[in-house]
Amino acid sequence: MSNNIATTSDSHTVEHAGEHVHRDDYASKLGMWLFLFTELLLFGGLFVLYMAYRAEYFTMFQLGAKELKIAMGGLNTIVLLSSSLTVVLSIVALQRRNIKGSIFWLISTIVFAFAFLVIKYMEWSEKFHHGMFPRGEELMNQPEGVKIFFGLYYSMTGLHGLHVIIGICLLTFMLFKILNGKVTPDKFVPLENAGLYWHLVDLIWIFLFPLFYLLH
Amino acid sequence: MAETHKEDGMVAHAHDPSYGINVMIWLILVSFTVVTVAIAGIDLGRFTLLVALIIAAIKSGFVINYFMHIKFDDVLFKVFLLLVILVLIIILVLIAFDVFYR
Repeated sequence: MSNNIATTSDSHTVEHAGEHVHRDDYASKLGMWLFLFTELLLFGGLFVLYMAYRAEYFTMFQLGAKELKIAMGGLNTIVLLSSSLTVVLSIVALQRRNIKGSIFWLISTIVFAFAFLVIKYMEWSEKFHHGMFPRGEELMNQPEGVKIFFGLYYSMTGLHGLHVIIGICLLTFMLFKILNGKVTPDKFVPLENAGLYWHLVDLIWIFLFPLFYLLH
Repeated sequence: MAETHKEDGMVAHAHDPSYGINVMIWLILVSFTVVTVAIAGIDLGRFTLLVALIIAAIKSGFVINYFMHIKFDDVLFKVFLLLVILVLIIILVLIAFDVFYR
């Protein structure tokens, strides 16, 4: 703790020592949002694909969805929502100059993120075990629509899972920045931007969950 | 609530950030999740997915407005976000017409 405060005041003296550091929090946040828009369009394209195939294979999609466990998907929804809350709490704590609290909530977020991946891993490996993966012996015997359903399921939750992994890296990076005194109660926008990315991951899951799990 | 202002030097300042409201939002989101799972057990026929998607839209409204802070951000952020959502809806609706009335 005392180490943190020392580094924080250090960076202040550097700022006042005449070395001009350009900083524009407004633009930084706007840039993050522009990036998030491209992410929305990326997933939007996949949702369009989902819609088109669902229209073609309506009953097959319901058949495919029955293979997925609502309990697992629901649990993962709660886990991600909670991680979204903890990252907000981490930002609020930092703004309230409670660095210890901020670190605690940020670590909780990372733990939740790993919990999500573990649950996802359990789901996927169970499916793989039963041959329900692309080109797997069991899925190959299924009707065309079910194959497409699982193709979409693996690519969309897979891409989402990749975002979770990137999110973990980003949040861990922020954790070190707080520990090093690079992200401080006076300079919290990097943490806010990482938080925005994390909320996007949550946002996409909010739509993936009903589309794949709740079709019974 | 914390507020990021566009002011001298474009440096963001937090104004009275609070934990409580965010915990409230989380509770709302979790209850919506429980509701959407409960509804999935009931057979609503063709409306099953529609109801689930409406609930998802409400949930994302809370996440975007409160967790992502858009409600308290500058008007430019709101305009940009609305434009993107509009583009997504246009793409979805146009392709839906093609797919469903083929």
